[in-house]
Amino acid sequence: MGLKTEPFILNVGPQHPSTHGVFRMRVTLDGEVVVDLEPVIGYLHRGIEKLAESRTYTQIIPLTDRLDYLASMTNNFGYVLAVEKLGGIKVPERAEYLRIIMAELMRISSHLMAVGFFLNDLGAMMTPVLYMWREREKIMDLFEMVCGQRLTYNYMRIGGVSQDIPEEFLPALKRFIDEMPRFIDEYEQLLSENEILLVRTKGVGVLPRETAINVGASGPVLRASGVKWDIRKADTYSIYDRFDFDVPVGNAGDCYDRYWVRIQEMRQSIRIVQQAMKQLPAGEVCAKLKQPLRLPVGEVYGHIEAPKGELGFYLVSDNSIAPYRFHVRPPTLINLTALRDMVIGWKIADLIVIFGSIDVCLGEIDR
Amino acid sequence: MTVALDCEQVARRLSQAVPDSVLSLEKSAIVVKGEKLKEVAGFLKGDPDFSFDYLANLTAVDYLDRFEVVYHLVSLTHNHSLVLKVRCYERLKPTVPSVVGVWRAADFQEREVYDLMGIVFQGHPNLKRLFLWEDFAGHPLRKDYL
Repeated sequence: MGLKTEPFILNVGPQHPSTHGVFRMRVTLDGEVVVDLEPVIGYLHRGIEKLAESRTYTQIIPLTDRLDYLASMTNNFGYVLAVEKLGGIKVPERAEYLRIIMAELMRISSHLMAVGFFLNDLGAMMTPVLYMWREREKIMDLFEMVCGQRLTYNYMRIGGVSQDIPEEFLPALKRFIDEMPRFIDEYEQLLSENEILLVRTKGVGVLPRETAINVGASGPVLRASGVKWDIRKADTYSIYDRFDFDVPVGNAGDCYDRYWVRIQEMRQSIRIVQQAMKQLPAGEVCAKLKQPLRLPVGEVYGHIEAPKGELGFYLVSDNSIAPYRFHVRPPTLINLTALRDMVIGWKIADLIVIFGSIDVCLGEIDR
Repeated sequence: MTVALDCEQVARRLSQAVPDSVLSLEKSAIVVKGEKLKEVAGFLKGDPDFSFDYLANLTAVDYLDRFEVVYHLVSLTHNHSLVLKVRCYERLKPTVPSVVGVWRAADFQEREVYDLMGIVFQGHPNLKRLFLWEDFAGHPLRKDYL
């Protein structure tokens, strides 16, 4: 006689260490196997898009810090680039280089967090993440040197950056960039061929290439599925065309490839920072603009390759001092579209790993 | 660099493939008729010259006399882009067809627009509020919401 079973509905989150913020997954289980999943979000919704409509263009910069708070520099960067694109504003050379250095350091920092917490989700409780934290701390110290902040930097300005780097910054940066490749080797030695990691991630949570494109996935999630699409190359912005770097691409689209792409991207970011340090020119760091800034009537969609994917800003201007409409295209919200596809048929322990491999930040999903 | 396609040329091809679909042209966008949107989307994705396989961004703007839903399309194959728009003059229950069947990337983004702007996407498989709770009154991103 067959045993009668019933599906079981489990809420993972919103308060749960594996959800990387206040995120809820309504999971339907058949025993241990996931048969359905619905993401429930909005617990961190602060109405940033509405708030921005009553702030000047400069006052919006600190709001962007609070989107993906693990990558505030790149949020600043994406926003000021969109404003400059609409306003036709020229940025001094030195500021361009400083922005690139900060953005790539931010990418390393964000990927360190992503990989560290991904290992946490795998059950390697706290040890790998503390290794990653050790290096992230140095990046935070560097940022603190340039802008006095450790998390919400508010460093970039429309037309440049808020202030020049202090004397001690470049030597400290050089020290960090020189030693960082060895630390990445160390992570790889610990992790990349670790049998537990391989068994738990190879072939787990596969996102096929066609699905990845159709659901609008971006960043490491898209590239791990074998799509060579990096906005720094595909739609180059700022001065990325002056640097020599590769775009790491996976082929299986599984959790391991997403992990691997992030590790390789850190190495590429180091290459970019090395080149930018060598070429860094002297001079002004911010263009002189009439304040409060007014942009010509029109609209613009500016996008950049943020650590987690395509971060877009859609602005509509009516020539007043505040934008008429301010919309953020959050990479991780859209990366979550495929979560359900990726987890169905896997066990609940794998669900945590697959979700961790997407690397989300709720500040940006909920806005 | 991603090339922004010339709107006039695309509009010419569009009106051949999907007759009576283009409403007007803007400097950098094509405004199409709502009732033809799904056909237009299907054509732009399927046609090998365009193959817009990637919906980068979907959002809406409230201009008080009308709503505009904006679609930023990219072709990862050809590395070119296009901006599509749909207008909606109804305020009580503005309705636009859903494009989830063409690009699943629209799933959460249409829910977000529905939640914050109150535009109903007909044919969306799961049109619920995304951020706010179910019995929240009003749509905060509308210009008349205070």
